[in-house]
This record gives sequence, C-alpha cells and structure tokens, in this order.
Amino acid sequence: MTITVQKNLSADFNPDRVREIAEGLQALDGPLLPILHAVNDQCGFVDERALPIIADVLNLTRAEVQGVVSFYHDFRRAPAGRHVVKVCRAEACQAMGAENLIAGLEKSFGVKLGETSKDGRVTLEAVYCLGNCALSPAALIDGKLYGRLDAAKAQARLSK
Amino acid sequence: MTQIIYVPDDAAALSVGAEEVAMAVEAEIVKRGLDAKLIRTGSRGLFWLEPLVEFATPKGRIGYGPVGVADISAMFDDPAHPHSLGLVEEIPYLKSQQRLTFARCGITDPLSLEDYESLGGLAGLRRALDMNGTDIVEQVVDSGLRGRGGAGFPTGIKWRTVGATQADQKYIVCNADEGDSGTFADRMLMEGDPFLLIEGMIIAGIAVGATKGFVYIRSEYPHAFAKMTRAIEVANAKGLLGNAVLGSGHCFDLELRLGAGAYICGEETSLLESLEGRRGQVRPKPPLPAIAGLFGKPTVINNVLSLAAVPTILAQGAAFYRDFGMGRSRGTMPVQLAGNVRRGGLIERAFGLTLREIIEEYGGGAASGRPVRAVQVGGPLGSYWPQRLLDTPFDYETFAEKSGMIGHGGVVVFDDTVDMARQARFALEFCAIESCGKCTPCRIGSTRGAETMDKIIQGDRPMENMALVRDLCEVLRDGSLCALGGLTPMPVLSAMDHFPEDFSRPAKAAAE
Repeated sequence: MTITVQKNLSADFNPDRVREIAEGLQALDGPLLPILHAVNDQCGFVDERALPIIADVLNLTRAEVQGVVSFYHDFRRAPAGRHVVKVCRAEACQAMGAENLIAGLEKSFGVKLGETSKDGRVTLEAVYCLGNCALSPAALIDGKLYGRLDAAKAQARLSK
Repeated sequence: MTQIIYVPDDAAALSVGAEEVAMAVEAEIVKRGLDAKLIRTGSRGLFWLEPLVEFATPKGRIGYGPVGVADISAMFDDPAHPHSLGLVEEIPYLKSQQRLTFARCGITDPLSLEDYESLGGLAGLRRALDMNGTDIVEQVVDSGLRGRGGAGFPTGIKWRTVGATQADQKYIVCNADEGDSGTFADRMLMEGDPFLLIEGMIIAGIAVGATKGFVYIRSEYPHAFAKMTRAIEVANAKGLLGNAVLGSGHCFDLELRLGAGAYICGEETSLLESLEGRRGQVRPKPPLPAIAGLFGKPTVINNVLSLAAVPTILAQGAAFYRDFGMGRSRGTMPVQLAGNVRRGGLIERAFGLTLREIIEEYGGGAASGRPVRAVQVGGPLGSYWPQRLLDTPFDYETFAEKSGMIGHGGVVVFDDTVDMARQARFALEFCAIESCGKCTPCRIGSTRGAETMDKIIQGDRPMENMALVRDLCEVLRDGSLCALGGLTPMPVLSAMDHFPEDFSRPAKAAAE
C-alpha cells in the first residue's frame, strides 16, 4: 500500500492488473480498503469493471464492494484531471478566507468545486482539514501540501 | 567540529517551503565547503516561524525563522541575521510549555531510534517489560490519563476491561483519523516522534495481552503515513517490534491502514468497521470495543495522544503525570491553536490554562489584527464561544459546565468578520456531508437543518425557523448513536445562543 499522486492514466481497463492487486493484498487483515486504495492509485480511479473482480477475490458480493467504494470520498469513479487540487474548507481555513480562496480557484481554473475542467487539466475538490490549521488556508496540489495559499500561488504552481 | 543544522520536514513546514530551504542549505554547505551536516526533524510547533532553521551551538540551538531561500546565504554570513530568534529553547512560546508528549518533537531525527533512546525514549517500555500487565494498567489508571481523542474516557479503565476479557487474540488500535479542523497534534507527533506512538502501543499490548496493533491514519495525512511506515520498518529491523520486543518474551506486530476520506471514521466503532473493510458505519454499543471490537475481539482503541502519553507515565511514574493538571483533568494537554491567529501552533501545558492565555498570550490575537469575536474549541462539533467565555480554564468538566468541550484540543480563532449564522449552517452541512447514514436524525436532519438555516440567513421568518432548528437539534442530540449527530447541535446552538444578532437580520441585509 503506497500513496502516490493521482494520475489520470489511460482509461484502458486491465482486469488482470486488478486481480493481481487484489490477490497481492488479500492476505491482509481487512484487505478491502488497501485493495481499493491500490486500484485507485495505480489505475487512477476505481473502474466499475473492477468491482466484480475484487468481490470474487475476497469472496464478497459485488454489492458489498460497491457499498464500500461509494461510502468513501477518496475512491474515484471516474478519472481525475491531470492536476488535482484539494482545497480545505474546514473551520480553521474558513477563518482565514478559504471561501474566497475557493472562489478564486474556481475562477482561475474555470471549474466548480467537485468538478474536472473540460480539457481534463484540473480537478478541484473540497477536503475537510489537512492538519495545517496554523498556516491556513491550505490545499493539497498534486499531493503536495501548501499553506497560506492564495489563488495566484496555486495557479502558478499548476503552470510549472 | 561538524556544524549541525536542522530543518524540519514536517508537513506544515513543508507547506511553506521547508524543502526548498533544506535544499538551499545543502547547496550552501557544498558551495562554502563547510564541515556541516543537515538533519531533518519534525516541527517544534511554532508554525508562524516555519520554515525554522536551527544551528547547533555550544550554548544551544540558535533559530532563524521564517526563512526563505533568499535568506540562506546571509544567514551563514551573519549569525545575527535579522531572522535570528536567538536560542530556540528560550523563545517564550516554547519555554513556558510543559512538553511531556512533545518533548522530542522538532529536536531529533524522527527515524533515528538512537536519538529517540538518547533523549529518554524506550525507558517506559523497559520498565513495562519488568512489570505484569495488571500493574501496567493500574499505573495508567493512577495517572488519571483520559482519552485525548475527545471523549475524555479514562484510558486505564478501558485497558482494564480489555485485560480482564479472555480471548485468543486481542488488538491495540490507534485512532489516527484526526479529522477535526484546527487539530494537528497527532499529525505532528507521527511525523516528529513516531517511535513514541509505537512505544505506547507496545506497552498497551503488553498491558492487556494483545500481540497485534493497527494504526488507522487518515488519507489527508500522506506525510504522517510515510513517516510511520518507515518508523515501523526501523522498529522491526531493530527488534523493537516483532517476535521478541527488545529481546523479551513479548511479541507485538504493528500495521498501518489508510483511511479513505471519511470524517466519521474517527468515531471508534466506524473506524473498526473501516479497518475490517466495510462502510464506516457506526456500531451500536454495547458491545463495547473493549469486549468485542476489531474482528469481534477485545480491542483497546485509543487516540494517538493517549497512547503517546503512556511511555512518560511508565518511565516517570503515574504520580509524576498526575501532578500536572487540575480537577479531574490530569497531565498535560497538547492544545492546537489555529485559524485566524497571529502565532498558531502547538502548546503543550498542564490542564488549567485559560482560553484567553492561549489566544492572547500565546497567539497574540487575530492574524488579521482585528478583534477576536468567536472561538471554536474541540473541532467541528465543538461550541462557538464569545469573548466573555475566554477566561474558562482548559479542563474537561469546566468546559462541559458551560456547554462546551475541549475535544481533541483544537482552538480555532475567528475575527469580527465572521458570520455566525454561516458557521452554524456549515456545521449542519458538514454533518450532512459526513453522516454515515445510520441514524435518521443525522442523515436527514442535518440536510433539513442546513435548509432551515438558509431561510434564517435570508431573513425568512427567523424566529420561527430558529425554533425549528432548536427542536431539530434536540432530536439530533437525543436520537443519534454517535457523536457526529449527537454533537452537531453544539456549534449550532452555541452560535445561536452567544451570537443571536447574526441570526435575526432583516431580509435585505442578508441578501447581499
């Protein structure tokens, strides 16, 4: 189980790869979340077609796997943009103008919170606390944490 | 003599450029051909000074901060550089603290077990290895340690139940799903002193007869997850974890699990469901996790800070720890000061410090320079308090008497631009987003509450709608299985009670 920056890989579905991931982790205690994380990280999202394979490996029903996938915010059902911006909108960041930051990001990326831009460049998502509350407002941009962020800095980071 | 230079690699420090600063320091060392070595540490928790660079000197460490890449060269030239802070240990914010849990954080290389041991680490575990389980549990009971996750339940009593329950397998689960806004102590500790948590979990295992532990870390904390992963590798390689803990007859294995972005998984029974690979839905209690927890086995489930307090209690004795604090709140509390505040950071002090001391003396007031209007203590489910309650001392019971809670110790400061009706609305919206869906009042009531709050904000019959919200809050409080539904009324009602002027504006004023 590793954390990697979300990549929008090709949506080509590889059932063997999913099975390999699931079988590789099935011996863990409580293997379903680690498997879903691995699929999500390595394939960019949890493809609908992965669910019956994971269910088969773990001897679960497809509904059980589906229920878990849909419960957690992290598991994507569709590919994300090439850049993923997760901006905090919890209280400490609100106190430092998170709502303005979000409005600025929406404007500069041309997307609404929770959306991916039409050109697939950027996904903008809300997150509730990144543990950087003394340096608010905060966001994770492609897996890197930023504090005291403003929309211009975020845009500059994406242009790199 | 080799000059040692310290730069944190704590996530918060990195978020304001500590990595770039560390690279510039390395480059400067090479450029000048210095006999110097860079060590990466956790953070001291003085976040307004990050990136904080420290130079070892015979008198102690001299700090510079906040440092930018452009300052590095001048810092090497001139020890009295304008960013010089003098001796870091003498900075009043730090000097006045009573750091027991965070004693090493920001000082040592977090992954050096040798550093850990040289600064007092493993003394608690060594002592525990000479004791029987019951005696360890009684030490923790005697210390007065209460769950630092928020509920404040006596840690030792939980352990006693697990210890007394017979089973072929027991578990120690660490709740590192620190989802409360305004809190970062668990993150800082896992990044800055991970062996302390590992040591606390091993002691818990020996105390109750558990041989396996899990740390459930939220996915919003990738740095903490990475640091804990490496710390566990080191602990396994050096015989701290595994079949013979420090060469003793005890075995203890530790695994990490990553959360998946669900606030509710910080609730202990949801966390157990999640660990087992299910939707993070709350379990009814009883049975208590101490009797039938993870995979149906007796389970100690404690917050990071509770487990990390244990090595100190064992090393220095229950009385040493118990002597800190006030009333029934014993020991130290790592308070996390955040939001709109000039000097945000970690303040570990004995219970009893007042909110005003925290916000004004440590924090220096609002970062915006405007008056402080509201303070939310205890995360998104904590009450919003006005100025007149700021003289309340940090203590579980005193807070409860005033319809507040200290929770996990987060203090979020708002200046006078805050709109409390919007904050109350957010509390309900957050509950709607994060509800696990098990209890109807939480699942549906939160959405209806946010809609009703919208009407109040628009000036639509505010008095009638406020009565409705109050009624709804009563149902949420009394009709929810867990703290999410049960405590969402706290921020909502406290905002309405303490800041009524924000809820009864004429329709026109609110429309802009």
